[in-house]
Amino acid sequence: MSVLVVVECDGGEVKKSSLEVASYGSQVAQMLGTTATAIAVGEATEANLALLGEQGISKVLYDAEPRLKDFVNGAYTKLIAAAAQKEEAKVIVLANSNIGAAVGSRLSIRLEASIATNVVELPKTDGGKFVVKRGAFSGKAFADVELAGDRKIIAVKKNSIEALHEAGKTAPVESFSAQLTDADFADAPKEVIMQDQAGGVLLPEADLVVSGGRGMKGPENWNLIEDLAKALGAATACSKPVSDVDWRPHHEHVGQTGITVSPNLYIACGISGAIQHLAGVNSSKVIVVINKDPEAPFFKAADYGIVGDVFDVLPKLTEAVKQLN
Amino acid sequence: MKFLVCISNVPDTTTKITFTPDNKEFNKAGVQFVINPWDEYALTRAIELKEAQGAGTVTVLNVGEADTEPNIRKALAIGADDAIRVNAHPKDAFFVAKQIAAVAKDGGYDVILMGKESIDYNGFQVHGMVGELLGIPTVAPAMKLDMSGNTATLEREIEGGKEIVEVNAPFVASCQQPMCEPRIPNMRGIMTARTKPLKVVEATADAARTEVETFALPPAKQGVKLIPAENAGELIRLLRNEAKVI
Ligand SMILES: Cc1cc2nc3c(=O)[nH]c(=O)nc-3n(C[C@H](O)[C@H](O)[C@H](O)COP(=O)(O)OP(=O)(O)OC[C@H]3O[C@@H](n4cnc5c(N)ncnc54)[C@H](O)[C@@H]3O)c2cc1C
Ligand SMILES: Nc1ncnc2c1ncn2[C@@H]1O[C@H](COP(=O)(O)O)[C@@H](O)[C@H]1O
Repeated sequence: MSVLVVVECDGGEVKKSSLEVASYGSQVAQMLGTTATAIAVGEATEANLALLGEQGISKVLYDAEPRLKDFVNGAYTKLIAAAAQKEEAKVIVLANSNIGAAVGSRLSIRLEASIATNVVELPKTDGGKFVVKRGAFSGKAFADVELAGDRKIIAVKKNSIEALHEAGKTAPVESFSAQLTDADFADAPKEVIMQDQAGGVLLPEADLVVSGGRGMKGPENWNLIEDLAKALGAATACSKPVSDVDWRPHHEHVGQTGITVSPNLYIACGISGAIQHLAGVNSSKVIVVINKDPEAPFFKAADYGIVGDVFDVLPKLTEAVKQLN
Repeated sequence: MKFLVCISNVPDTTTKITFTPDNKEFNKAGVQFVINPWDEYALTRAIELKEAQGAGTVTVLNVGEADTEPNIRKALAIGADDAIRVNAHPKDAFFVAKQIAAVAKDGGYDVILMGKESIDYNGFQVHGMVGELLGIPTVAPAMKLDMSGNTATLEREIEGGKEIVEVNAPFVASCQQPMCEPRIPNMRGIMTARTKPLKVVEATADAARTEVETFALPPAKQGVKLIPAENAGELIRLLRNEAKVI
């Protein structure tokens, strides 16, 4: 018996969300009195994989098949299922990412496992039950969910648990092959187009986010958002109407019908705070709202606020960050 | 081509979420239910593709009790040809996926479209499970879907970018913006929807694999600390020294 964690890598590095997943998995292993093995997907280096020891991982499996560098649902599912079988995994932990959750759902059928996505805490195992807390109703509520059966799959929401860090501890990296065939690559991408980061930070992985709404008046003013984001090392985001009219790309739109973010800091500039917008951001640790209308609903969800004009306030904030650094 | 569009029935996006006194169930009292917003993309795109092909059918499918029928009728008014309701409480993603897979197997559908996720359960699960149950690919979440003959070209969103994926029917895709502009029913649609077939079928005997023990609301915020605009820089100092997030 063991715990298997699925670690996503990109450009040779283990993604930050996967360090959290590894930490989650090793803590579950400890609760169950067993060890945690990682199976890595994406482009990884052996040195970086070995460092998963710092998150409490005992062993890392890696298949260097080049076609696994990009996400292929069919192949990833088969690979991870094979690793789960080999390790006799009772619990499989993945990131609640577009990759992790998509693979998790297929795995749950193949391995006859129960599954919970969007999980925000370590499981409770009192009374022989296995209960996880997950976000529901678009961030407006939580549900304690009992996972039945012998095998469980958990997709962990980003930034909801602290990554462990036992400096210098390493894990052995073993090569692992699942005998993949061409058929497993039926949904392989013809092309992968990454966003032009231009030195910026990717929104789904960001710890800090600066976001603009209709109060920014037009795309020509976004330099104010970008300047503050750059000074902070933050990603930029926007409200739905802003991406609907193409002031900003769709992938920056957060909210109920956009992406959900849970950074340490979310700074909302000229955003009213409609319930559908809040749904995508209200699990942020600290929320700052800048709005010229003191009655804007967003202030009710905020930790810090400035009632003022974004065109006046934003340059002052950027200046203050620069001075601090 | 035969399109199957799976729609779930969810509380309107403005709903204030509350629970029954034992915190075991969502409190439906006074709540307006809508077609899951993501599923509207699936529905509209299926109708558009059928129209472009000049032939075929769009069937909508919901796993739910009789109270979901107004939204099934709404999907028919938007342009689906017929509908199936699996008469059961949607216990969990696995249970729902089993029902959908059973209907899909019998119906011989070429393309099964769903939304990215249900905004109540937020599972992002049913599409992957159905694909696996049927042994066909699932592309999730898809931002674009075009068909040429039997082959679909999709854009799949991944963190930080997108993948261009080509798959042959049959397949499952879960849809999100900017795939299309979701349609709203017009008067003619509403009239014809009344007479379009809505078949009710009984559920399979599958059990759920998960069960909600309790729901809870997030802890209330302490209240906002306001900083005067003249002194905006003070905010940055607080974020470093007090909140410790920068
Ligand atoms: C089904 C559905 C799903 C939706 N999903 C989403 C979603 O996922 N994400 C989302 O964001 N929205 C979503 N919406 C839309 C949502 O209801 C709001 O309309 C939207 O969030 C408003 O965007 P906004 O705050 O940028 O614009 P507005 O509501 O127009 O607010 C602009 C704000 O800027 C302030 N302002 C103006 N000028 C200045 C200035 N100079 N300085 C400072 N402040 C200023 C104003 O006081 C105002 O509060 C959805 C709606 C529906 C019906
Ligand atoms: N009860 C249901 N009936 C029909 N389709 C559903 C149901 N629940 C979920 N779906 C479909 O599955 C998608 C993903 O849902 P979920 O996995 O719950 O997030 C939704 O967008 C719907 O298209």
